[in-house]
Amino acid sequence: MSGEAFLDTLKKRFPDRITGANFEAIDPWIEVAPEGIVEVCTFLRDEPGLQFNLLNCISAVDYFETDPKKAAKADFQPHLELVYHLWSLPNKTSLVVKVMLPRWQDDVVGQIPEVPTVSGVWSTADWHEREVYDLSGVRFTGHPNLRRILCPEDWVGHPLRKDYEMPLEYHGIRGR
Amino acid sequence: MATHLDDPRVIEFDVRTDEMLVNMGPQHPSTHGVLRLVLRTDGEVVSECIPHIGYLHRCAEKIGENLTPRQWIPYTDRMDYLAGMNMNLGWALTVEKLLKYQLPEKAKHLRVIICEMNRIASHLVGMGAYGLDLGTFSPFLYAFREREKILDLFELACGARLTYSYLTVGGATHDLPSGWLKQCEEFLDQLLPVIVECHALLTTNSIFVKRTAGLGILTPEMAIDYGCTGPVLRGSGVDHDLRRDGEDRYTDMYDGYAFEVIVEKDGHYPKDHEYPAVPREAILGDCWHRFYVRMLEVMQSIDLVRQAMDRYSTAKGDFGTPVKLTEKLPKGEAYLETEAPRGQMGFYIVSDGGTIPRRVRARSSCFCNLSVTHELTRGCLIADVPAIVGSLDVVMGEIDR
Repeated sequence: MSGEAFLDTLKKRFPDRITGANFEAIDPWIEVAPEGIVEVCTFLRDEPGLQFNLLNCISAVDYFETDPKKAAKADFQPHLELVYHLWSLPNKTSLVVKVMLPRWQDDVVGQIPEVPTVSGVWSTADWHEREVYDLSGVRFTGHPNLRRILCPEDWVGHPLRKDYEMPLEYHGIRGR
Repeated sequence: MATHLDDPRVIEFDVRTDEMLVNMGPQHPSTHGVLRLVLRTDGEVVSECIPHIGYLHRCAEKIGENLTPRQWIPYTDRMDYLAGMNMNLGWALTVEKLLKYQLPEKAKHLRVIICEMNRIASHLVGMGAYGLDLGTFSPFLYAFREREKILDLFELACGARLTYSYLTVGGATHDLPSGWLKQCEEFLDQLLPVIVECHALLTTNSIFVKRTAGLGILTPEMAIDYGCTGPVLRGSGVDHDLRRDGEDRYTDMYDGYAFEVIVEKDGHYPKDHEYPAVPREAILGDCWHRFYVRMLEVMQSIDLVRQAMDRYSTAKGDFGTPVKLTEKLPKGEAYLETEAPRGQMGFYIVSDGGTIPRRVRARSSCFCNLSVTHELTRGCLIADVPAIVGSLDVVMGEIDR
C-alpha cells in the first residue's frame, strides 16, 4: 500500500483521530490524537493488509529549551512527543506513530500529561510504558502496573526531561 | 524437567503450604548480572515471578543528549558488553541513516567479519554460562577458551578486548592489520571441532536435555506479543531475521551472502543432518530450542565470516573514513534496528540540526525478552527458574542502559 492510499484509508476510518502525517521523512510517520491511540493501534495491528504486530519501541522526546535565548529562537512550541515504532512481521514494513502531548497537564508544572495505554494491544508496551513514565514522565491511563522500572521507586523527577535537575542528595549519597 | 501445578504424576503438589516471597538476586550467580527476581512460591512451586531491574542504570540516553554521536559510541559498547561490536554497528548505522551516508564496499564486508565474530564470542558465553546455570562447569571453560582467541583477534584489530569502539560512524577506526585474515581463518578452522564437542557436552547430554526440554515454552503468538526477538523468537519457530528481512541499509551488508535463517520449518532446522537431532522431549519454543538456535547460529556465523573474508580481500574502496567528531547532523530523526546476538537492537536519534542530538534512544532486545519471564515461570519449580532465565540469555548492561 502506498503512503497516500494508506493515509486515505486511515483518514476515512478515523476522520478526527489522524491529525497529521509525513511520508517524506526518513521514517514515514502519522500523528494520532492522544484519545484515539488505542483504537488506531488496534486497527493497525489487526487490519489484514497492515498487520503491524510487533511493537518495537516507545520513546518520548522532550521538545523544550532550558536556555531562554535558544528558546526564543526555537522553531517549536514546548511539548512532549511519544513515538511508537511499529513493525509488521508478515509484510516486513515499518511505521512510526506519533502522539503530541503537552509537557504538563493543564499547564500545571509538576502534573504529568496523560495518554491511554496500548499495553492491551501489544504486551511489549507494558514495560516500555513503565520506562517512559519513569524517565520522561507520562502517565499511561489504564496501565495495569504503572511503577518506576529503572529508577528506584522513591526517586523524584523524570530524568529525561530537559529541565530535570539531579537531586542534591539521595539517601545520604551526594548527587551533585 | 517441566513440572506444573496441575501435573497429576506429582503427589507432592497436592500439599499446599503458606506462600512465601523469595528474593533471587541481585547477587545470585545464575542471574547473569544484577537481576533481582522476586518469587512468590508455594513450597517448591513458583506461582509468580517478578523481575526487578535497574541496578545497572546509568541513563546512557541522557548522556547521549550531551555528546556528539561519535562521542557516544563508547557508551554503546557498555550496553551489551558481550557484543560491543554489534552495539557499535547499530548506532553507527542509525547515524549514517540520518546523515544519508554511503559506505564503501570494503567497509561493509569488514563490518560483517567483525560483527559475526562478535556474535560467535557472544553465543559462546551464552552457551557456557547456560551450562553453568544448569550445574555443569566444563562447557564454560571450553567456551571461554575459544572466546579468548576471538578477543585476541579483536585486540589485534582495535587494541581493546571488551569495549571496542571500533566500528564507528562512517566505517571503522582502523583497517584490519596485515595477516589478520590468515589468523582468523586458522581460528575458524580449529573452532569447528570445538563446537562439535560442545554439542556432545550439552546439546545431546541427557541431563541437559532433561533440564531444558519441554520447559518454559514460549508460543509464537506470545513471543510476538511481548516483542521478543533474536534467538528467543526464532526458537519459537517464527521465521524472522533482520539480516534478511531488515531495512535496506542493514541488509545491504549481507547482500549476496548465502545463509539461511536458523528456524525450525516442518520439524527441521536448516542443514540439521550435520548436527545432533532434536530430542523427542523437546517442544518448539522451549529452553532447549532457544539454546539450539544459538548453537546453530555459531555455525552460521562461521560460514558468514568465511564468505565475508573472501569478499573483503577482493573488494574495492577502503575501510571507511570516520566522519568528523563534531559532524553537523541534519534536522530530522532516524530509527534503525539491527540483528544483535541477543535480538533486535534498535537506536533512535532525533536531531535539531546541531552537532549534538536532541534525543538518543536505545531499544534493548533483552529488555523485551526479559519482560516475558513472568509468563514462562508461572507454575514451574524454583530450580527451573535459572534454566528459564538463562535460556533468554540476558545481559543486564543492555537492559538497564
